[in-house]
Amino acid sequence: MKLQKATRYGLYAVLELARDPERQISATDIAGRYGISTNHLAKVMRDLGRAGLVEAARGAGGGYRFIGNPRRITLLDIVRLFEDIEGNGSSAKEPGEDTDIGAALDLVLSEIDDIARATLSAVTLSTLLKTMQWRDERTQRLRARSLASSADRI
Amino acid sequence: MNEALQTVGIRPANEADLPAVIALDAEMTGIAKGTFWTDTFGRTSDRAGRHFLVAEEPKGGLVRGYIVGEVRAYEFGSEPCGWVVAIGVDPRFRVRRMGERLFEAMCDCLRADGVATVRTMVAREDRLDMAFFRAQGMMAGPFIELEKPLD
Repeated sequence: MKLQKATRYGLYAVLELARDPERQISATDIAGRYGISTNHLAKVMRDLGRAGLVEAARGAGGGYRFIGNPRRITLLDIVRLFEDIEGNGSSAKEPGEDTDIGAALDLVLSEIDDIARATLSAVTLSTLLKTMQWRDERTQRLRARSLASSADRI
Repeated sequence: MNEALQTVGIRPANEADLPAVIALDAEMTGIAKGTFWTDTFGRTSDRAGRHFLVAEEPKGGLVRGYIVGEVRAYEFGSEPCGWVVAIGVDPRFRVRRMGERLFEAMCDCLRADGVATVRTMVAREDRLDMAFFRAQGMMAGPFIELEKPLD
């Protein structure tokens, strides 16, 4: 699934800030960390602010802080701020959609969209952050196990 | 420690728990499935690789949640793996980590059976269960459920 640039930047920013809600980070720092355009991210941050997900702190040492509920906000909530993945906005029919092949093709494509939406709506920010931690811990466990079994063979 | 972690006990189900499990399931799904639960209990009790656990309050011992799981082997080429086939928590006792404790207890049982993976199947629209299983670290697996109307 290909997300638009603004959506991806929004997800990076929200997740980076939600990782530690006490911490304030500037758009420049977030942009630097992810290798993305600061100007583009600044616009995205304004959208996130308007949606009540982040708060800007003024003055020296200012930056952005996450103010949402990470256990309630899903990836779909963020994606929806930047793009229409419900298909509501695309009322214009594609050429060939009304043919039997076009209709059958749309059936398969909507199946893929349904799965994507169901997945994004089931993953909260908190779940994604935990998943990251579980993956790291599992990688370490597997590495330790592999080292132990190599040591046994020597 | 979370209050629920101190006050809720997880143990294998016994026959006397069935009315409470049937009532809980009926409250959540709107359908009382007495025969299904009696059969499920019969298939799982004292059977290797099959587990039916309940969560109860020590005070009064009321059953507030349940989970059913089993080891399935070599379906469509799959290595033996654990399956969670049912889970439910009293709506009045949600957001207290009871579901999480039931799931962890089931994973311990399945791990002891020798499997390294646990699977389940959730309706796409069932956001509550989908979000719950995701929050336990479950992700899409290598199999896709397919179906076809037969009418």
